[in-house]
Amino acid sequence: MNIVVCVKQVPDTWSEKKLAASDSTLDRAATDPVMNEMDEYAVEEALKLQEAHGGEVTILCMGPDAATETVRKALSMGADKAIHVLDEGLHGSDALATSLALSKAISKAGGFDLVLLGSESSDARMSVVPAMLAERLGLPQLTFAKEVTADGAGAISIKRLTDDGYQVVEASTPAVVSVVEKINEPRYPSFKGIMAAKKKPVETYGLADLGVDAGDVGTAGAWSKVESFEAAPPRQAGTVVTDEGEGADKLLEFLASKKFV
Amino acid sequence: MAEVLVLVDHTEGEVKKVTAELLTFARRLGEPAAVFLGSGFDAAKESLAQYGATKTYVADGADLSSYLVAPAAEVLAKLVAEASPAAVLLASGAEGKEIAGRLAVKTGSGVLTDATDVTADGGSITAEQPVFGGSTVVRSTVTTGTPIITVRPNSVAAEAADGSADRVDVSIELSEAAKGARITDRVVEEKGERPELSEAAIVVSGGRGVGSGENFAVIEALADSLGAAVGASRAATDAGWYPHQHQVGQTGKTVSPQLYVAAGISGAIQHRAGMQTSKTIVAINKDPEAPIFELVDFGVVGDLHQVVPALTEKVKARKG
Repeated sequence: MNIVVCVKQVPDTWSEKKLAASDSTLDRAATDPVMNEMDEYAVEEALKLQEAHGGEVTILCMGPDAATETVRKALSMGADKAIHVLDEGLHGSDALATSLALSKAISKAGGFDLVLLGSESSDARMSVVPAMLAERLGLPQLTFAKEVTADGAGAISIKRLTDDGYQVVEASTPAVVSVVEKINEPRYPSFKGIMAAKKKPVETYGLADLGVDAGDVGTAGAWSKVESFEAAPPRQAGTVVTDEGEGADKLLEFLASKKFV
Repeated sequence: MAEVLVLVDHTEGEVKKVTAELLTFARRLGEPAAVFLGSGFDAAKESLAQYGATKTYVADGADLSSYLVAPAAEVLAKLVAEASPAAVLLASGAEGKEIAGRLAVKTGSGVLTDATDVTADGGSITAEQPVFGGSTVVRSTVTTGTPIITVRPNSVAAEAADGSADRVDVSIELSEAAKGARITDRVVEEKGERPELSEAAIVVSGGRGVGSGENFAVIEALADSLGAAVGASRAATDAGWYPHQHQVGQTGKTVSPQLYVAAGISGAIQHRAGMQTSKTIVAINKDPEAPIFELVDFGVVGDLHQVVPALTEKVKARKG
């Protein structure tokens, strides 16, 4: 089973994120970059499927030069090789442009049974790229999986997380699968894995290689526009009391004053 | 006036509250037209008319509910082509956003997700979105195609208006590509007495301070006394004390209820990302230094195991 895993480099979720005044895109220089946490679960799931069914795991990452670190991390976890979609023209790409570039890269590389992703990135948090990729590639969409079952012979099913439980969704490969947190326990790269990752092949695709017009991606190609942004007004400091037996009474009084009870 | 399509969020005709909110926004932008997929329209019609839907496009058929996401996007794309709406509004849940994403690709349109306000100014429609966990507010417009906007529940107080919600049947022959992912089972893991987390007006959440899975009973009891949904911090779901689908925060759900009660939650940035746009925030925590107290309208420094059960009793007593 040949699997491609899309990974994204994002600002560490513990760092404060801001938009750059110049072009209203995320100021990535001001934050510590890490692999999007949800994508670690996708890499782990791919490696588990590979252990069960064989085949190759390819990492696909779109992002600036610095994203090489995220590519290496995925390789050090055990993936076989990687494709880095790297082009100045991609800066500021929205979800539509991102899904376009990723779909072209997947088609160009070819021969995959499964496209695996995290169900959302921790910076944009839109959760739309997996669905858009399925649409663009014309493949079945198996998203928000908390469990993936593949028989290695073309049948795949997931348990899709819903608000009150889950749905069982079935398809035939090739398919696009996105996974949620807690589907597995992502492995830490071993020392051996880190050393081996340095020798694994990383191919770089630019826009020209993908046959994507620069006008269709990046800030210029975005189909929506940030008109203005500002820091949210800080919350007014509230009342904090120390419980000396009357905490619940005071809390009730507050809730009543706001008509919640 | 151009139509504004509103995808009805429903379970077998039982319409979710967010749909009334979407119709309220839609009236600001044009003539609200509901889009109802699947069975149960007769049960839903009244509540759609009540919030001003002038008509309802109804697409019924087994195929529509048998396959994941893609069929809904196909029906909406057909309606976008035929009705040339001013905008399409959907609920900002997992499914609404995915449908919006596929619809954007199909129709060559820009998409904005997680809007908390939608306004029309002259010919252009602006969506307001809190980003980075609510620390920044962005106002955006769609510049290409039909604006496709997903709106967070609880973003507006639904206002009733007269409408007829008259049925307009839509016939659709789904493409093979839309029938790739078949839903073969739906499993409900918990009883549905409590409101749904993402659209609840009140949410009571427990964190590390709760101490164990059994102790979540005190959180549930307070939630039930207030008619609230139950949430949990990542620390609590990581420990296996409460199911993952209740997780509020960075890698879980984002909620913005009228009232958010955080019990035994320190308020790390990951948690705040999922709740800090709540209208009123209340916290109970024994650590006076806990960052959650920076956000609260009212906080109690104390042991939740004392304060929460006592509060539950008082709320019950007051409600009689």
